[in-house]
This record gives sequence, structure tokens and C-alpha cells, in this order.
Amino acid sequence: MTGAAQALDAEDLATPRPRGRATRMRPRTLAWSAAALALAALVLSPVASLVRAAAQGDGALWPHLLAHVLPRAVAETGLLLAGVGLVVVVLGTGAAWLVSAYAFPGRRWLEAALLLPMAVPTYIVAYAYLDLLHPIGPVQTALRGWLGYARPRDFVLPELRSLPGCILLLGFVLYPYVYLPTRALFLMQAANLIEAGRMLGRAPSAVFLRVALPLARPAIALGASLALMETLNDIGAAEFLGVRTLTVQVYATWVNRSDLPGAAQIALVMLVAVLGLVALERWARRGRGFAGTAQRPRDLARRRLHGWRAGAALALGLVPVAVGFLIPATYLFRAALERIARVGWPATILPEIGHTVLYAGLATALAAGIGFLVAAGPRLLPGPLGRGMVRVTSLGYALPGAILAIGLLGPLALADTILSEGLTRLFGVAPALIGLGTGGALVIAYLIRFLAVSTGTCEAGLGRIPESLPDAGRMLGRGPAATLARVQWPLAWPAVLSGAVLVFVDCVKELPATLLLRPLNVETLATHLYGEAARGTYEDGTVAALLIVLVGLVPVAVLMRLGTRRAAAATARP
Amino acid sequence: MPITQSDTGRGIPPRLELRNLGMRFGAVRALDGIDLAVRPGEIVALLGDSGCGKSTLLRAIAGLERPDRGTIHLDGDDVGGVPPEGRGVGLMFQDYALFPHLTVAENVRFGLHAHPGQAARAIATARLEQVGLGHRAASYPGTLSGGESQRVALARALAPGPRILLLDEPFSNLDRRTRDRVRADTLGLLRETGTTTILVTHDPEEALGFADRIALMRVGRIVQAGTGDDLYRRPASRFAARFFGDLVEVAGPCRAGHVATPFGPRHAATVAEGAAAVACWRPESIHLMPVGEGVPGRIVGRRFLGATVILSVEAEGFDAPLLLPVPGADGRGPGDAVGLRCDEANTFIFTDGTD
Repeated sequence: MTGAAQALDAEDLATPRPRGRATRMRPRTLAWSAAALALAALVLSPVASLVRAAAQGDGALWPHLLAHVLPRAVAETGLLLAGVGLVVVVLGTGAAWLVSAYAFPGRRWLEAALLLPMAVPTYIVAYAYLDLLHPIGPVQTALRGWLGYARPRDFVLPELRSLPGCILLLGFVLYPYVYLPTRALFLMQAANLIEAGRMLGRAPSAVFLRVALPLARPAIALGASLALMETLNDIGAAEFLGVRTLTVQVYATWVNRSDLPGAAQIALVMLVAVLGLVALERWARRGRGFAGTAQRPRDLARRRLHGWRAGAALALGLVPVAVGFLIPATYLFRAALERIARVGWPATILPEIGHTVLYAGLATALAAGIGFLVAAGPRLLPGPLGRGMVRVTSLGYALPGAILAIGLLGPLALADTILSEGLTRLFGVAPALIGLGTGGALVIAYLIRFLAVSTGTCEAGLGRIPESLPDAGRMLGRGPAATLARVQWPLAWPAVLSGAVLVFVDCVKELPATLLLRPLNVETLATHLYGEAARGTYEDGTVAALLIVLVGLVPVAVLMRLGTRRAAAATARP
Repeated sequence: MPITQSDTGRGIPPRLELRNLGMRFGAVRALDGIDLAVRPGEIVALLGDSGCGKSTLLRAIAGLERPDRGTIHLDGDDVGGVPPEGRGVGLMFQDYALFPHLTVAENVRFGLHAHPGQAARAIATARLEQVGLGHRAASYPGTLSGGESQRVALARALAPGPRILLLDEPFSNLDRRTRDRVRADTLGLLRETGTTTILVTHDPEEALGFADRIALMRVGRIVQAGTGDDLYRRPASRFAARFFGDLVEVAGPCRAGHVATPFGPRHAATVAEGAAAVACWRPESIHLMPVGEGVPGRIVGRRFLGATVILSVEAEGFDAPLLLPVPGADGRGPGDAVGLRCDEANTFIFTDGTD
């Protein structure tokens, strides 16, 4: 999840460079062009294949979809997006304002802690709360004990398995997407203006409503669009909580009914929502320039709170941290320890870790290498193709994993057919399903979905190198590729590495594409967890869930350390 | 020291020859019909204000920009389609562009990859010694002073033995005192090695002191090329005249081939009969005389600058006081009456309304 946030800087850094028209088409340029076109085709193939598959479906399906599936799915998806949007905007903006405008004991700690929910994938939060809030789970049992009820049916909390429950859970996990850029904006750009408003004698609440909030609008919209992309991507939480979103329907139509055209048709409906979110995100980025003064990040002069007010502020700020991270993480930790103490480590956990690391690792290596080349594209491949690659490859992250996976089925099956026919002709025999059967498909899906994360960090790294350094490499007799290897790479590899960490974590957390594209009988940590949840055997999945959360903490820790500046740069670049 | 005009006859092919070079960035004409020839061993300055296209021209010669039209010949070969790494052109960047991850010696060796390791090491060492930085070979660029960085950049650019060396504002990042010394050292090294050089600068004094020949640029064109003496003493336009220093200007119509000025009628060969003309003088070519000689005037102000004194002089026929430099030892001051005289040869006449 954090990866998507990083991916955001990708495009801002892709300012077209006015130089580099120096070489004519030579064989090397031709090879780079071919590679670039192939990559663009790969990234765009899922959408193209979805359109094709949807067109192939017999018209007989539409009446069924229109009558029984789509209305409810569209309505639930719409309500879910609206609800999650509202919750993340309120929580994210409120939290950002709280830590930016007020000073109270524990504020610094809270500022970092508010990012913690980013470490927990939505399906794990849902998983944890389902067990916690179960009618005979710890919370309700304890409540009944305090209140003196004897039997579960005498006192029941409102059902978590509902649309409102899903909205609240997703909102409490995804609000950091809004919190991060909004806080950065308060830090980076708004300090002077907000202080000016205050100097003109307005009350803090009026300053918030009339100065800070309008200023932060682009940052809020940016964060909300990302949070909603994650909402659309989510499959686990919605399914566990019984919400039949479009995403769930795409998955179910394919898995339960093996109906590819049907799944593709629903996916196309979803693409409309995706396009809407991409448009919102683009708008937010464009609107960003208007307040953009190139100032160093600077703190607002904070209003100091004392006594009960200070305590109340801290407590208020802790609510989202507790709901979104502390409670589910503590539960997972205890449940996992209990489980290990009782029956030892789950027998399947080692192969699952192995599979997770294998697929995520392969995809990460590819994403890091290709991301670096794409980010360096304008240098390697002068002209619009080299510059355009960044934009094309950044589209992948907007595609929900389920849609991406369904869209990849067609192209991969085609590739498998061609491959095995070719091999059969050459050797007489060939393994079937080379891509779909080996996990190659999964690696490709990860690559497409998270390439933007890597490209973004690589671009940031390359962008910090003065243009004159690669130019100097050329003037000293080295070609573009040699200059890239000897000048830019040694200076940019830390950025490439940090991008790789983000990609790896995103791959580990990814659920829908993994479910759909993993080889038969292969489980990763995420799919194992999903399976246990689907069976209702929650405690068996806690170890896997805890491992995923621990991995997810890595980029959050990085963000906590560097986050302010980086996020500030991401929001404030003119 | 070869001092040549831009004609390219006399047998030796020019090291660099630009013909009708043109380039646009969108609606902006960065280069507009550039013609220039540089002889082997010659040092040429591209002089102009920021945005005049001089840096673009340098990058086009380097191969880092591709002009829309025109040709670039190096030693007679058309290098228009040759990428920068294939041109054998050295470029020293304004920010020096030293690779921060390589030591000084590795930086200088970077362009010597065609040589075997031992030979490359020897050349790099020799170049570093030449700029007096042999003892910093193992240092990283981050630890160098501005002047040292400049010298390393120079050594690195010279190491591969480029056919022509391009210097992009090479002294602008240095403070004033360092600059004069580094400039003299650099010039000495370029002369010693006989390196054909093009220098880009916005500083007319630097161009005058450094180059055999100056090409003055304006909005993508070379408006005048010649020796420093040519440009200073025989400017082809008021723009060229103003670029090298202050002017005293008097406007008047051209009658019978002459313009009437306070110093008397001046021959106006380049101005059409009856057109408005401007007569200009450099302040230092106007001489202060005893009272009674030349144009009568009165000193109204005195500003002491150490070696020189600037006197404000009100004189007949001039709208504003003239600011005239005299030696610092000159004792005259406000209230003193003087006479002003100027030679015909030191008068520039241009058509008014043109630059």
C-alpha cells in the first residue's frame, strides 16, 4: 500500500527534459525502442484483452448481469467508495491538522504513529476484527461479563459483517493516504498563509475552514484517490465482511463460474471507476502548483495545549492508530504466539514463506531493473517514446489486482500456447502452461502492478543527479548505456534499492492477483490467510498474518524517518 | 599567437566550421544562421547576455543538442550525426560536473578508456601534475575547493586530447580573487598545449583578456566577430559598442554625410542622408583639457575609486553630465572649469533607432 503512495512522485518527476535529441537512429536506439514498445504492450495488454474478452461474451449474459449482479454490485461499490472516501478525508485531514496546528505532549510520537495502519493490508484488518468482535470472541464476551449478560443472544453488538462495518474498517486502515500528503502540505506550503490568517485575527477554527482546508484540497484529493484505488483493489475485506463489490463479483464470476467473458464485462464496468479515480488524481496533481512556493518544510507555530486539552488531543489522535493498527496488530501477535505455543509453527508456513519470497523477489528484481531503465528512458531513448514510458508504466498501479489478473489470463494463455507449440516442434514435447503453471504469470502481474513504484523512486534518485554529470560522461567518450552504468547507476542505486524494498513489500501483501494467478496447489502467506478466513478457521492464519504485517512495517518505518521530506516533495513539487 | 579573421583560406582547413546553424525550442529561435570558423590552436570567445544562444551553440558543437539545420565540420568531417562520445570534443561544464563517486584521478582517467590501464594512469597523472594537483589524486571531488575543482575539470577535459575544447562559463563559479589567478593559469595551459578552444562567457573583459577572437551573439545570431580590438574600437552596431562599456551618446540628423556633434561635425559614412544618427564616444576617449581648449565644461562631481577618479562634467551640447574617468592622482574637483576634446577616430556613428 505504501508503494502506491511512492508511485505518486513518479509522474511529477517526469518533467520532460528538453535535451537529448543528439543521436540519430542507430541499431542500439532501435533495440531500446523495441524494448520500450514491448514493455508498453505488456502493461497495456490486460486492458486490451479485457475489452476483447468482454466483446466475445454472448449477449445472453448481459440480461443476467444487469438484472441480478450489476445493480447490487454497483450500488455496494458506490456506497463503499463514498463511505470510505468520507472516512479517510475526515480522519486523514483531521489527524494532519491536529499534529500540525497544536502542540501537546506525545505529539511527535503521534505524528509518526499515525502512519502505522499503512503496514496492515485491508484483508488482515478485516480478518483480525472478525475474530475479535465475533459474538463469542474476546470483546463481546468481556462486554457481556461486565454488563452481566449470561448468554450471547441476550446482548449482541451491531454486526460487523455489513457495508457500514466494511466502510469503517477500510477507512481506519486507509486514512494515512490522506494524512501523509495533507500533513506535508501543511508543513511545506501552508505555514505562512495559515499564520497570516491567524495574524489577521481569525479564530483557529475559522483559519482551518477558510485557509487550511482550501489550501489542502489538492493534497486531500490526491490521498483520497489513492485510498479509493486501494478500496477498489481490496477483495479480502469486502468478501470477509459480506460486501458484494464489483471486485468480489469479478473474482467470483471467474473462480466459481469459470465465466471469463462475464468477469471481463464486470471488470470493464469497474474500469470506469478506475478511470474516474485516475482523473481525480491527475486533477489533484495539476492543481498542486497554485500554492507552490519553493519553501523549505517549516513547522507552523503550533498552538500549545495544556491540561485536559492536551490529554484529549493525544487521545483523539490515538483513536485511528489504535483502531487501524494497535488493536489488530496486538491481537495478531497474541493469537500467533498462543497458536505457536499450543501446536507449534504451522507445518505449511515454511513453503509458504518460500513461495512468497520467491515470487515477490523475482518481481522485485525485474521491477527494480526495468524501473531504472524506464526512469533513465529519456537518456537512453531520446524522443517522445523514451519520455512517454514513465506515463505508460505508471498506469499499472491503478488497475485493481483482480482486474489485472483476469486481463492477463488471455495474453498469458496465448503466450503459453505459442511457446508450447514452438517447443513441441523443436523437441517433440513441451510442458503445458509455462506462464500460468509456474508462477511466471504471477510475477508478471506483480511487475505490471508495482512497476510504477520502482520507476518513481528511480526517477527521484536520477532526478537528484545534475544533468551535467551524464553529459560529462558522454563528452568523455562513453555512450548512453556506458554512462548510465558508470555515472548514474553508482549515484542512484540507493534510490533503486529503496524502491525495490517498497515493491517487495507490496508484492508480499498483494492478495487478489496472487489468488487468481498462483500455480495450482501453491500457497503464499497471503493466500493461506485468505483460505483460513474463507473456512472460518481464523486462528490458523494468524502466524501468516503477523508475518505480513511485520514485513509491511518496513516501508512504514522508512516513511516515518524520511517521510516528511519525501512526501512534502511529492506534494509540493511545482 | 594566431590572430586571424574568420576567412578560412590560406590552406589550413579550419578545426571547426559551422555553416548556417539553426535551432528552435518551440517558438524560440535559439540559433539563427550561425556561421563560424575556428583555426587550429585558436581561442574564440562566444560572448553574449544570458539567453542569447551561446550555451546552446556550445552544446550543439558538443553534440548534446541537435540543430535543426546547418552543418558542423570538425577537421573537414561532417559530424552532424555523430553522437557526443564520437566527436573527440572536450567540454568543461559550468558546474564542473566532476563525478562525486570517483576520485580525482579516476575522474581524469574516465575519458581514457581507450588507452591501456598503465598508459591511462600515466596520462592522468601527467595532466594532474600539469594543473598542480598531483597531490590530490586520491581525493574525492567533495573535498576540493572551487579553484581545485575547476582545475580537475580542466585536466579531465584535456586528458583525452580533444580536437577542440569547449569551456562553458568556466570561471563564473569562482570568487573574484581566485578567478583572476585561475583564468591566467588556464590560459597559460591552453597556450602551452596549443589547444583549440571555444569559451562561452557573458563577461566582455573575460572575452577580451582570454580570446584571440570574439563572436558577439544576440538572439541566436552572431552580430559581430573579430579580434577584441575590432569589437572594442570598431563596433558594427550600437549594441556591440554598448556591450563593451558605457557610451556618451548624442543624436542628430545626417546632413551632407556628416552629423553635427558638440565636438564638431563627424563623418557619417554608414548613415543615409537625412536619417537620424547617433554619435557615440567611450568615456575614456574624451580627454580633459585646460580651460579654453575644446568644448567648454564644468566639473560638478567627483567620485574617488582608488586608481581612478570619475568626474561628472557638464558640457555644452550634452543633456546630462558626462562621467569621465581620470587617473586617481588628478586633483581637479567640483567647480573647476575644463575643456573637452575627442578625436574623430574615436567617434562611432550609427543610424538612430537601430541596435
